[in-house]
Amino acid sequence: MNLKTSTRQIDGVTIVDCSGRITLGEGSVVMRDVVKDLLSKGQKKILLNLGDVNYIDSSGIGELVAAFTTVRNQGGELKLLNLTKKVHDLLQITKLYTVFDVKDDETSAVKAFR
Amino acid sequence: MSGDRFSCKLDSTLETVDSAEQTASRIASESGFDEDEVMQIAMAVREAAVNAVLHGNAYDPEKKIELEFERTEDDLVITIRDQGKGLDPANIPDPLSPENLLKTSGRGIFLIRSFMDDVQINPSQTGTEIKLFKHVHGTAEGGKEASQ
Repeated sequence: MNLKTSTRQIDGVTIVDCSGRITLGEGSVVMRDVVKDLLSKGQKKILLNLGDVNYIDSSGIGELVAAFTTVRNQGGELKLLNLTKKVHDLLQITKLYTVFDVKDDETSAVKAFR
Repeated sequence: MSGDRFSCKLDSTLETVDSAEQTASRIASESGFDEDEVMQIAMAVREAAVNAVLHGNAYDPEKKIELEFERTEDDLVITIRDQGKGLDPANIPDPLSPENLLKTSGRGIFLIRSFMDDVQINPSQTGTEIKLFKHVHGTAEGGKEASQ
């Protein structure tokens, strides 16, 4: 299943609920467009809820890195929420787990934004 | 897989990447690997197919990808060949080094090496061949016909 996203706002933070696969092609493009769209609207506190993302490949990992750096370069913050074991393990072996701010509780994740 | 070997030729498209992943997943399951190993093998094949389609053949419709699965006594051996200009393994940057950590690409070969027991990259002037080895330990469903 390709990536599907929906957004909601809590206390000035945009939560992007993601489900499906973030892979080369459509999945990566969807992720890129969502982040680009939020930034264009001035929404720079972004929490990516990956709880229903069951698969991600190296292109998807690259897209997460691109999103992270793009948001940061525009003075915003991007955090990750609810990683599945597969995504968690991939971020561990690629040493990106400590680069991203990873949360497992939505309420505390929202509070963690400055 | 018919007997111990299955091979196919595929176009240089994104559909090939998905098809290669799905075929790898099915053959790995039939070869007795557990769920995590099947995921690892399928992802390694996906990454190799991405390299072949994008970096090797560069989506050239005249160029094909060859995908081959062989079950030996000790390993499931998967070979992916492209018709590109040849990938030099010595020039693959380490994605874990600090200067590369935030790069948006360059993790494919690293993931393949992480997930497989052995990886051989054989570049030539007519393309790149990458061989992936995963040691078998389960009971294979031998004799199943591949539906590719």
